[in-house]
Amino acid sequence: MQGYVEISNFSCGYPDFKLDGITFSLERGMLAGIIGPNGSGKTTLFNGLTGELLALNGHVWLNGKNVPEMKLREKAQHIAVVSQFTEKVDIPVEEYVMMGRYPYRGKFQFFDSEYDQEVVEKYMRLTGVYAYKNKWMSQLSGGEQQLAAIARALTQEPRLLLLDEPTSHLDITHQVQVLNLIQRLNQELGLTVLMIIHDLNLAGEYCNYLVMMKNGKIHAKGTPEEVLNYAHIEAVYETPVVTNHNPLSGKPAVFLVSEKVMEQSRKKPE
Amino acid sequence: MAQSTFKKYHLNWLGFAGLLGALVVVAALFSLSYGELQLKLKDMPGYLRMGEGLEYMVITKIRLPRVLLAVSVGGALSLTGTLLQGIYRNPLVEPYTLGISGGAALGVALAIVLEITAVLGEFILPVAGFIGSFVSIFLVYSLSMRKGTVNINRMLLIGVMISFISSSGMMFLMSITNVENMHSIVFWIMGSLDEPSTVLVQVMLYASLIVLIISLAFTRSLNALRLGEAKARHLGINTAFVIRILFILASLLTGLSVAVAGIIGFVGLVIPHLVRLVVGNDYRILLIGSFLSGSFFLLVCDLLARTIIAPNELPIGVITGMVGGVIFIVMLNRNKSRY
Repeated sequence: MQGYVEISNFSCGYPDFKLDGITFSLERGMLAGIIGPNGSGKTTLFNGLTGELLALNGHVWLNGKNVPEMKLREKAQHIAVVSQFTEKVDIPVEEYVMMGRYPYRGKFQFFDSEYDQEVVEKYMRLTGVYAYKNKWMSQLSGGEQQLAAIARALTQEPRLLLLDEPTSHLDITHQVQVLNLIQRLNQELGLTVLMIIHDLNLAGEYCNYLVMMKNGKIHAKGTPEEVLNYAHIEAVYETPVVTNHNPLSGKPAVFLVSEKVMEQSRKKPE
Repeated sequence: MAQSTFKKYHLNWLGFAGLLGALVVVAALFSLSYGELQLKLKDMPGYLRMGEGLEYMVITKIRLPRVLLAVSVGGALSLTGTLLQGIYRNPLVEPYTLGISGGAALGVALAIVLEITAVLGEFILPVAGFIGSFVSIFLVYSLSMRKGTVNINRMLLIGVMISFISSSGMMFLMSITNVENMHSIVFWIMGSLDEPSTVLVQVMLYASLIVLIISLAFTRSLNALRLGEAKARHLGINTAFVIRILFILASLLTGLSVAVAGIIGFVGLVIPHLVRLVVGNDYRILLIGSFLSGSFFLLVCDLLARTIIAPNELPIGVITGMVGGVIFIVMLNRNKSRY
């Protein structure tokens, strides 16, 4: 059976680095995470899915449609992208969010329709951006910019939301705020989400499907419980860790261990 | 709530465009009536109804073409400056940084030095200028092409280099030719709105209006490009197409302006910045605002050029450079936080 998002034998990349046969599928309404060390091909895959990199091989299907064959405009109506680097531009927040309606505009349609305004207001309220809609994007903190970028992505009314490390550079308050929002969107709107995420604990806590990458290949995929185990993590990150469970949520938790403690623990049995 | 704030924006824009339009009309009327032969504004319709006589000839044959040229060249340079700043996402780009004017100047210098004008007439100078600018546009564009895509930073650097090469070439021509030809070249470079051919004036006017209308279809793309090329693509904008089309349109229009009126500096750099400071960076108002402001600025500069040492005339490039430069510095100092 074909999934809602079906990526099969997909490859893209650069002359010196290519992805190798990426295959996984997501069901509608999943909140999926891509994890893996730096240089493992997460961002390359992300760029392949957004169309920034040309597909060299394989297919990407979204709800039965061939993504690489879509026109840019059609693609923007189906897939919304929140990139890693936030927007340091002099644009009022409300207009920035309104840019999410661009894929639906005609060439000489200069002004926002009433529906555009409804959608923008709805998602600004949902993301909490409404409180500072008249500020400039450049005046916002990193967390606020990320929320505005998500609001903009939502006004595209996408079927799939792609996020590139939505919590990087944020303090824990904002990390949790952004991820809570993404989880709420996923559950309340049924939005399918695929995001790159560095923090294994947050990945385990929030995602219900994980794809773990190493050297341009998928090393493991499945539920957080299946992926975030000691053997996989050590093989991929080449770092000793201790895995356990979050006492409240029961989700996998990963602890890093310092070199000194590792040495001591090795000596203990003697 | 949202509705009302947006309406307020649009009203402000409408007011701004209306004000600029009115300023252009006032400056144009003033230019038509002012000069060696002083005419009263209220008598103008009378002179025009006569359809003959000295006043009629001065208005329609001498001043009107000049006014139309100031409106279209000023508008064109300012518009292309705005467009190029938009696609390069670089506030210092102007029509002349890309080697377009250099190519045009070299073409004209070559035509003067080779004395083609003696064979084909004065009309060949703008044609040579246009060919020169076209060659440099072609060079800049094809040299910055790599694997079918245009790298925007590469394009900018190549443009600047082409500009240097053509100005060196022009100086070479000036150094080997006679004094008379050298004088013609210098005079042409300094720019003038005194264009004897009414055909060229019409071509310039229509071309600038056509480019303005076409570029209005790209306001959304230009706004999205402010976020960066990749993000604009994520919003469904075909950035490669937009950049290519706008670059070619802007270059051709600049080439035409330079061919018709010579090198009139600073309009394409300063005016877009001033307009940005007043109405912000939304291209929906910026394009029209820049065009009208450029028209107004050049009309005023032309008036100054005609009056400061009347009955003689200063080269308009001198006026725009000085006025534009001073305004730019004042503006920079008032907005230290932005740049």
